Amino acid sequence: MTAAMRPPPSACPACIAAPAAAALAERDEPQEARIALSVPAVHCAVCISSVESALMDHPGVRSARVNLTLKRASVEADPDVMPQDLIGVLDRIGYEAHELDAGTLSATQTDKAGRDLLMRLAVAGFASMNVMLLSVSVWSGAADATRDMFHWISAAIALPTIVFSGQPFFRNAWSALKNKRLNMDVPIVLAITLAVVTSLWEISLSGEHAYFDAALTLTFFLLAGRYLDHRTRAIARSAAEELAALEVPRAFLLLNGEEKQVPVAELKLGDLVLVRPGGRMPVDGEIVEGTSEIDRSLLTGETLPVFAEAGRIVSAGEVNLTGPLVVRATAVGKDTSLHRMADLVAIAESGRSRYTSLADKAAKLYAPGVHILSALSFFGWLLYSGDVRISLNIAAAVLIITCPCALGLAVPAVTTAASGRLFRKGMLIKHATALERLAQVDTVVFDKTGTLTAGTPELTNMGDHVVRDLEIALALSQGSAHPLSVSLSSALTAAGVKPARVEDLTEVPGYGTEGRWQGCRVRLGRAAWVGAEPRAETSAWLAVEGDTPKAFAFTDRLRAGADEAVKALLDSGKEIILMSGDAPGAVETLARRLGIQDWVAEALPEDKAARIAALGAQGKHVLMVGDGLNDTAALSAAHVSISPASALDAARVASDIVLLGGDLSPIADAVQTARSATKRIRENFRIATIYNVIAVPIAVLGLATPLVAALAMSASSITVSLNALRLR
Amino acid sequence: MDVLAYLIPISLILGGAGLLFFLFTLRTNQYDDPEGNAQRILNGDWDDHPKP
Repeated sequence: MTAAMRPPPSACPACIAAPAAAALAERDEPQEARIALSVPAVHCAVCISSVESALMDHPGVRSARVNLTLKRASVEADPDVMPQDLIGVLDRIGYEAHELDAGTLSATQTDKAGRDLLMRLAVAGFASMNVMLLSVSVWSGAADATRDMFHWISAAIALPTIVFSGQPFFRNAWSALKNKRLNMDVPIVLAITLAVVTSLWEISLSGEHAYFDAALTLTFFLLAGRYLDHRTRAIARSAAEELAALEVPRAFLLLNGEEKQVPVAELKLGDLVLVRPGGRMPVDGEIVEGTSEIDRSLLTGETLPVFAEAGRIVSAGEVNLTGPLVVRATAVGKDTSLHRMADLVAIAESGRSRYTSLADKAAKLYAPGVHILSALSFFGWLLYSGDVRISLNIAAAVLIITCPCALGLAVPAVTTAASGRLFRKGMLIKHATALERLAQVDTVVFDKTGTLTAGTPELTNMGDHVVRDLEIALALSQGSAHPLSVSLSSALTAAGVKPARVEDLTEVPGYGTEGRWQGCRVRLGRAAWVGAEPRAETSAWLAVEGDTPKAFAFTDRLRAGADEAVKALLDSGKEIILMSGDAPGAVETLARRLGIQDWVAEALPEDKAARIAALGAQGKHVLMVGDGLNDTAALSAAHVSISPASALDAARVASDIVLLGGDLSPIADAVQTARSATKRIRENFRIATIYNVIAVPIAVLGLATPLVAALAMSASSITVSLNALRLR
Repeated sequence: MDVLAYLIPISLILGGAGLLFFLFTLRTNQYDDPEGNAQRILNGDWDDHPKP
C-alpha cells in the first residue's frame, strides 16, 4: 500500500543493498522546495495555529511549522509553489511576511558548535555533581577503605569526563602553544591535568586529598562561560543573517523578449535585465530602454533622485523609482562597483584587529604569573621538604585555587547580560569586543541620508499654496508611486484636502504626471519639464496651463530618535561630526536643525574613511554611524561602528552593532550600557584578584584542602556572575 | 555500610539516565524554539485525537 508513496531511503531494505537504485529513485522525484518566511507579527498560540493551518491549506504545501522564537515559518512544498503565493496567503489572514533566502539561512539552521558545547557542559555537570557527592562524604569523615573506594569511583567518573568535556580547552591551549603564545586556556589545561595527575598519584598511595571534584567543577564553570559567550554571539549572528536573507537576490532576465526570474548569481555580461520601479539594480550596466528616475542615496548619499534615460550608466545598488528600465549588464557579481567597495572595507578593517580585549590583557598578566607562582611553590617545597609528592600536591593546589574560573566567567557573564539588555532595546552586538570599544568612544560621526534622516521626503510648504492648487496636486500625485508623489498625497490627504477632478491622468516615467483639469493641461513633476528654474532643495513643481509653476518643497524627514540621540550624546560631552556625500545646503540645514557644529559635505567614500583615520591618529576613539555603501569604508575604519537595519548588506557587515528598529535613540543608551559593562568587567577582575590574594597564600603554605579549593572556586564564580547580573 | 554497594550504582545509573535523556532532547532539536513550545501547549487542535 505504500508502493505509490516515496519511501525514505533507510526504510527500504533493497535500497540499502543497492544505493545506486536509491540515487536513481531520488533523481526521478521532483525535488521539494523549502521556503523560509519571516513572520514578525506572530506572538501567541493562536497565531501559530492560524499561520500553520493557512499555509497547510494552500495546495502543494506538505508541511508548515512556525518557530516562535525566531518568528519564522518554514514550509516544505512542491517545487511549483512560489514564496509570493504563500506571502499572499499570510497577508490575507493579516500577517505580514517576507521571504528569506534559504541559501543565506542554511548556515544557521542548527547551531552545531553551540550544541557541541552544551553536550560537553551537560556531561561535565553530571560528573561534577556525582563526584561532589562522593567528595562531601570524604570531607565529612569517610576513612580508610571507604575513602579509597570513593576516590577510585571519583577517578573513574572524572577521567573520561575530563577527556571528553575538556577538549575545547585542550585544543585552544595547543593552538596557542603552537604559535608560541600564552592564552587563558594554557593555565586552565595545566591546572586540570596537574590536579588529575597528582590526585591519581595520591589515591594510589591511599592519600587523603584528591582534587577530582575541583578539576570537574572548574571544567563545568568554564564551559558554562564558553557557552554563554557562544550563545550571545550566535543570537546576534542569526539575527544578522536573517537581515541579510531578507534581500533575496533575484533579477528579471529578458530572454528573446520574455522575462524570466533568475538568481542574481546567474546573470552574465551582456544580459538584458528588467528593473521594475522600486527595484534595486542587480548589476552595473547601461540603460538601453526606458526613462525613469534613480535613487543613488545608498551609494553616494545624494538625496535628490537622478534622471535616467537610455545611455546612462547605472551601478548595482541604485534604486529605480518610476518607470521600468532595461539594463545591459556591463559588470556582474564580484566586478560590480558594489563589490569593489567591499575591497576598501577589507583594507580599512586590518586596522581594527589591533584592539586587544580586556580578557586578553588579563590573560597576559595572569597566565605567566600563575605559572611562575606554582613553579616557585613547587621548588620551594621541594627544597624545604625534599618530597616530590607533597610539592606537586601544593603546586596543583596553587594552580586550582588561583581561580581561572572567575576570570573565565568575568567577561562572558557581563557581555551576555549587556547584550541581552541592548537586544531588548533593539540593538544587535555583532562583534565580541564591540562593547569594550564602544565604552571608549569620545567622538561620534554621523552619516546624513538614511541614517539621521529616514530617506523619505516630507512636505514643508503646504501653507504657501491656494486650495485649488492643492486639490490638483493631490489628484496628480495619486497617479504615481514616486516617493515625492506618495509623500505629497499622504500629506495632503492628512490635511483634509479633496482631490480635484483630473482627467486623462498619465505618468511620464522620469518626468512626472500629467492630466487635464477643466480643459487645461496640468503637470506635476521635474522643474525642467514644467518650464521652471530648478531650486536647491528637493521640490516637485505643479504647472497649470497659463499660470506660473509653483514649487512644493520637501525636506528629508528626520529618523525617529535622531534628535534625542544627538542631544544625549552632546550632553554627555561627545564631539559630534556630520559627514555626508550630499550637497552643502542640505547638510548645513540638517546640522543646524540638530545643533551639530561640525559638518562636512560632498565627502567621497575615501574622504570619509581618511578623515576618520585622521581622527583616530589624533588619539580619538570614533563611533561611526552610517548606512550607505559610501559609508562602508568609514564604518570599518572607525574604532566602533553602528548601522541601521535598513542599511545595505555591505554596510551592516562592516559594522559592529546593528540597530534593529528604525529608532536612533538607543545609541546614547548603548554607550552608557557599554561603559557600565566595562566597569563591571573590571570589577569582576578585581573580585577574582581579591580571592586570589586571600587564597593563594593559604595554598602556598600547604594549608589548602580540596574543601577549601571547592569553596573558593564556587564562591568566586558565583560572586562574579551575580555582579554581572546587576547590569540587566 | 554494605548499602553503599547498591546506593552508589543506583545514583550513578539514575544520573546517567538523566544525562542520556538530555542528550536525546539535544539531538532531536528540542531547544530550537522554547517560546513556541511554551505557547503550543495552549493550542487545542489535537486535544480530542492524536495528530495523524
